[in-house]
Amino acid sequence: MNMIVTPASPATPNGTTRPQVRIVIVGHVDHGKSTLVGRLLHETGSLPDGKLDMLKAVSARRGMPFEWSFLLDALQTERDQGITIDTTQIRFRTNSRDIVLIDAPGHAEFLRNMITGASQADGAVLIIDALEGVRDQTRRHGYLLHLLGVKQVAVVVNKMDRVDFSAERFKDISDEISAHLQGLGVKPTAVIPISARDGDGVAERTDRIGWYKGPTVVEALDRLEPARPLEALALRLPVQAIYKFDDRRIVAGRIESGSLIAGDEIVIMPAGKIARIKTVESWPVTPVTGRQGAGRSVGITLDRELFLERGDIIAHTNSAPRETRRLRARIFWLHDKPLAKGDQLLVRCGPKESRATVVAIEKAVDPGELSSVENKAIGRNHVGEIDISLSNPIATDPYTENPRTGRLVIEVSGRIAGGGLVLSVDAGQRAVPVDIVPVESALRPDERSARYRHNGAVVWLTGLPASGKSTLAKALERRLFSNGGSPILLDGDTLRAGLNSDLGFSTADRSENIRRLAEVATHLARNGHIAIVAAVSPAREDRATARRIADTSFREIHVATPAEICEERDPKGHYKKARAGTLASFTGILNDYETPQAAELVIDTSTRTVAEAADEIEQMLKTTGVLFDEVVDLAANI
Amino acid sequence: MDHLDQLEAQSIYIFREAFGRLKKIALLWSLGKDSNVMIWLARKAFFGRLPFPALHVDTGKKFPEMYRFRDHYGKEWDLDLRVEPCPPIDAVDPTLPPAARSAARKTEGLKMALAKYGFDGLIAGIRRDEEATRAKERVFSPRGLEGNWDVRDQPPEFWDHFNASPPQGAHLRIHPILHWTESDIWAYTKRENIPIIPLYLSQNGKRYRSLGDQDITNPVASNASNIDEILIELEQTKVPERSGRALDHETEDAFERLRVAGYL
Repeated sequence: MNMIVTPASPATPNGTTRPQVRIVIVGHVDHGKSTLVGRLLHETGSLPDGKLDMLKAVSARRGMPFEWSFLLDALQTERDQGITIDTTQIRFRTNSRDIVLIDAPGHAEFLRNMITGASQADGAVLIIDALEGVRDQTRRHGYLLHLLGVKQVAVVVNKMDRVDFSAERFKDISDEISAHLQGLGVKPTAVIPISARDGDGVAERTDRIGWYKGPTVVEALDRLEPARPLEALALRLPVQAIYKFDDRRIVAGRIESGSLIAGDEIVIMPAGKIARIKTVESWPVTPVTGRQGAGRSVGITLDRELFLERGDIIAHTNSAPRETRRLRARIFWLHDKPLAKGDQLLVRCGPKESRATVVAIEKAVDPGELSSVENKAIGRNHVGEIDISLSNPIATDPYTENPRTGRLVIEVSGRIAGGGLVLSVDAGQRAVPVDIVPVESALRPDERSARYRHNGAVVWLTGLPASGKSTLAKALERRLFSNGGSPILLDGDTLRAGLNSDLGFSTADRSENIRRLAEVATHLARNGHIAIVAAVSPAREDRATARRIADTSFREIHVATPAEICEERDPKGHYKKARAGTLASFTGILNDYETPQAAELVIDTSTRTVAEAADEIEQMLKTTGVLFDEVVDLAANI
Repeated sequence: MDHLDQLEAQSIYIFREAFGRLKKIALLWSLGKDSNVMIWLARKAFFGRLPFPALHVDTGKKFPEMYRFRDHYGKEWDLDLRVEPCPPIDAVDPTLPPAARSAARKTEGLKMALAKYGFDGLIAGIRRDEEATRAKERVFSPRGLEGNWDVRDQPPEFWDHFNASPPQGAHLRIHPILHWTESDIWAYTKRENIPIIPLYLSQNGKRYRSLGDQDITNPVASNASNIDEILIELEQTKVPERSGRALDHETEDAFERLRVAGYL
């Protein structure tokens, strides 16, 4: 990182450390960003001695009027002699804050710079030309701030000298931008009329803007709230490696947030195992005493032998991270090939890695155009919100709770292809740390799939009563078994006779019924079997839960036989009873079946034979990677 | 945590990533101040040891003090030291100017060592502040099959996520002290009491700022006879150098860039 560091200011006179606030200045290209930065450096006394005079002299020599913006460029170039990196940081100070100005220069690599820089900003200054008013790019940048989760935005209306310091003009712009930002959920902390060139409103309320009663730019910056220091957050120590160079078994990693000390009770996520920190090891002096805070690369030993691996997260027992197989992220995409639904990826969250599938793309936006393109793919240098399902559970935090553990990168073919922030963690109850250790199977998944010639899966048949689910399920079961596979039928009604006999047909009971079915089926799938579930499962929400539980192994088949034909078939006589009013809560005649929208397969049994339908299912299971084709490439499935 | 603590923690993180994610790595030990700091940091990362070889690609033309240093600390630090020779100077393109020819010879020696051991990662002690091209480096920097660096097609690297998958047959350079400056190196060397070769300290009004082969390394005028004085010297020399440059051509650049880029 390219640092232009003006005289360091480690402490205030009374010895306390000054709060540091990171800001980014955005706005339309000619609306005066560099001028404002130059002016701010000057007004806050942050310039090296003689710098201003030198630049004025150089300008005069070249017969050019002095511009404040030259200042920034001169400082920039000076350091460029040795350093040319993406992100630049400039430091200056207000009365009570150390400001780190994150500069995201250039437009070509706009997104990468904007995201890596501004995603770490605590606040932003949005600059608008008083003459030109709110432009497309102004709105665009407002949108990006919203996208990046920057909530503190001060708006400055610059070049007031060019509109004769008109209070009316200022009010128009102020109203327009405030409405726009509030529409995005961002409330401006201040809207300030300034002339960066002349200095009005930057550090002083001059007579020319006598009608303005709000804060100056410097005062507004002074009021920005710094991000909570990482050390004040909950402990997160991602395990980078486990070393056993001698008789010590050292768990090594960098403390991303919080702090630890020997004797702390900790929980290892995602497994939820509990231990106590025995020592904090170091070199050349070891062990070290005293509290170790965020940023330190440490090594700890535990008071008991536990199985740990790279990517586990060590936390305190009362503030463990969420464990999830599914999360939503706001990402930026840098790869040539657009990111599409169904893509297989590698996700890295700190040292943890997991294979993942893009389950949904909710928003795809070109931040240059700000047009929300069709939600099918995220192109290079575009941004979007996606749902990801992970093949291994990971412990993570939403980035609003922890900026370090709440971010991830995406790899394609061993190369970083994108990155983003964790917005929310689905189905992830804050894990209750328990002293239970799930017993792992003695067999590896690839051992089973080598025998069965298929991966584990949950094949979920949903549809109206008498649509043909059970018939298809049984046909599929027979066929998979004949081919040497390991299918297991889980019929909703059959399970209601035992495991689910405590459940009725209320909405809540139906949800619980589906949840249990999904849990059992998923357990079987994880152990290499193909669980075939036949259940009406009318509620979309319940099926979504099932998909979340079963994750990438979930294959939904909508048995979409027309309702009249189902009623005509009525093998169990349920339709008749329901019509007669002797069967309550019967799905089929109440129109309460919510049709699936993204099933892997849709089958109408009134137009094809059972064998034809089974063919289609088999084909789908092949193309989605459950059944192996003739040539078995086991390596690809490990 | 102070500035040096932060640098140290970051370097340790990089070392552990390299050791964990690559199969066969080695540290390039040039015996200079930077690579000595690297070895120290690695021993911090791995609790006192260097769990991979220290590779010295030897031109045979180092200063005697450097060879003595290598032999002494190679033993004292319990390094798995591999000294690999370079091909004779005659084997290198004679049309190159002397210094470049010497450097090319070292590159050849490195290639031979790579082929011999099959390393997929080499740890090198370059720093961004050394020169402009190094400033553009990544921490995990992929090299082509010929060992070349494609500066225009570097993978993105952010949030301490490193691209650790070199293409088949190629290798990665890992730069654990890329973010350090010359002053940082000296301040840390002093704080940690890391041994140095005395050539860095002033004798008769001259000292070496960096150490390479005898025939292509020149001392600078200096009276700094201990690390504190070196730090003061670096602090003082920086300012006049920079302000001088700024008056000459750099501000001109600034005007150019301003016009072209409409920067920020």
